[in-house]
Amino acid sequence: MPAISRDDVAHLARLARLELTDDELGHYAEQLDVILGAVQRVSEVAADDVEPMSHPVAISNVFRPDRLIPGLTPEQALSGAPAVEDERFRVPRILDEE
Amino acid sequence: MGGPTVTFEQAVAKYDPVLGLEVHVELNTETKMFCGCPTTFGGAPNSQVCPVCLGLPGSLPVVNADAVASAMRIGLALNCRIAPWSRFARKNYFYPDMPKNYQISQYDEPIAVDGYLDVDVEGETYRIGIERAHMEEDTGKSLHMGGSTGRIHGADYSLVDYNRAGIPLIEIVTKPITGTGDKAPEVARAYVTALRDLLRALQVSDVRMEQGSLRCDANVSLRPSPEAVFGTRTETKNVNSLRSVERAVRYEIERQADVLSAGGVIVQETRHWHEDTGRTTAGRTKEEAEDYRYFPEPDLAPVAASEEWVEQLRATLPEPPAQRRARLQQDWGFTDLEMRDVVNAEAVDLIEQTVAAGASAAGAKKWWLGELARRSNDSGVALADLGIDPDGVARIETLIAQGSLNDKMARQVIDGILAGEGTADEVVASRGLVLVSDDGALTAAVDEAIAANPDVADKVRGGKVAAVGALVGAVMKATRGQADAGRVRELLLEKLGVEG
Repeated sequence: MPAISRDDVAHLARLARLELTDDELGHYAEQLDVILGAVQRVSEVAADDVEPMSHPVAISNVFRPDRLIPGLTPEQALSGAPAVEDERFRVPRILDEE
Repeated sequence: MGGPTVTFEQAVAKYDPVLGLEVHVELNTETKMFCGCPTTFGGAPNSQVCPVCLGLPGSLPVVNADAVASAMRIGLALNCRIAPWSRFARKNYFYPDMPKNYQISQYDEPIAVDGYLDVDVEGETYRIGIERAHMEEDTGKSLHMGGSTGRIHGADYSLVDYNRAGIPLIEIVTKPITGTGDKAPEVARAYVTALRDLLRALQVSDVRMEQGSLRCDANVSLRPSPEAVFGTRTETKNVNSLRSVERAVRYEIERQADVLSAGGVIVQETRHWHEDTGRTTAGRTKEEAEDYRYFPEPDLAPVAASEEWVEQLRATLPEPPAQRRARLQQDWGFTDLEMRDVVNAEAVDLIEQTVAAGASAAGAKKWWLGELARRSNDSGVALADLGIDPDGVARIETLIAQGSLNDKMARQVIDGILAGEGTADEVVASRGLVLVSDDGALTAAVDEAIAANPDVADKVRGGKVAAVGALVGAVMKATRGQADAGRVRELLLEKLGVEG
């Protein structure tokens, strides 16, 4: 029983806005299954007394004081934008016509 | 399309409403949640951005310490438990107002959980359970171009300003609110009002609904009886004033009752509130359960709130607004009704400061809830922003108490202050507002008034004391309103040989 099905991969691809062919779906499902299998082995080793980590280093409370740091000018901010209008990023239509 | 045919009374007689309120509050920190960009409102588009809040490759977020402290203080003020261990999570979705294609939020480990806020509606207290309060970042702001009326539907394209992206946001979520029956709309409004007052007292946010620094989403569902399982809910967004909270909840109750009474089913969906029509319209239908693929944010270290830190913040909590109102009401000797008027007029702070500046509570209330409230209503400018401060009102009250101004002249002083002519004393001096109570100066005007109105004078002499009002009016007119009306009356009655 694979850890991830073709349907799961198709679902994730849709969420990530990736257009995958049928062949690619099968290909990635196989690869992801191997990856998940490898990760699975870690949980076999980790006993109950090992807390799951979300960060590779066991640190907490890394903060910054609430002080201004100079950022970008509007020109700099918009310099990489494919389209600009009125000092704003111009983006394609968000909702399709119904 | 017509509105619901079921009235609100019929709706709540037949169904039991259940509410859930989600409030987003923008913190008033100097800088954003994860970068050092400013958070000020109204800057030129894309002038308050940096690689972090634009989601540029290679940039890394760092948590704003003050934002975490504010989040914890909010949690504590809402009687929540502060989690000793809390993490940020990525909420993944594609939308142009979120440049990273994910929002940094909190998911299964929020900073504050399981609290409550008590609210009063018509003398009854409702305890609103708080599910959680968590930290996240605000999104950018989109303008929808082309099509009709600037709405996203039918727009040709959109323009995005990321100044708001990354501003610290606290989302406060209630537990299901049950048992409110026909008071559901009022309870919803009272909750958001109480929450706003609390956040204001904490000084963690501007809490300006009209500027979007406090936003409310209202979940409403109906069930046949309080024993039944919850019905399908709708989530109404774009509810941007306290009044709208009440109206939107009331409308959704009516609309859902209408659908259910006709044998229909409620679709779980997002709905948009329209202030102008007083209705909600359907937005996105949640056909597929939303899948945000939350996972712990690998770029940020967890927040570990030590007991010591929590207690240190607890010590900074202000007096709860409800408790403070009760204390002030007693100090001021106001009735419940008077105090409610003061609260509704948002004049509690103003009156407190006016009293602190030397005015009597009654005097302070008279001006803030009378003349000044009228001007605020006429101009649509909030009382606090009218352009007269508590010191000015206190000074006017003092001048009246000393007998150097009457109410009519005080209104002229207010005119002057609002017109930018300076302080109360400066306006008094420049406009020559001096109350004439000096008998010598008044006697001539009194004699003239009696001579000019012999019929009235005779009536008064004949015992119709009330008729003296006409003579007082004549004197006031002759002295251009600058006479002390009480003294004028005394002088007139004296002259006419009548006991007052």
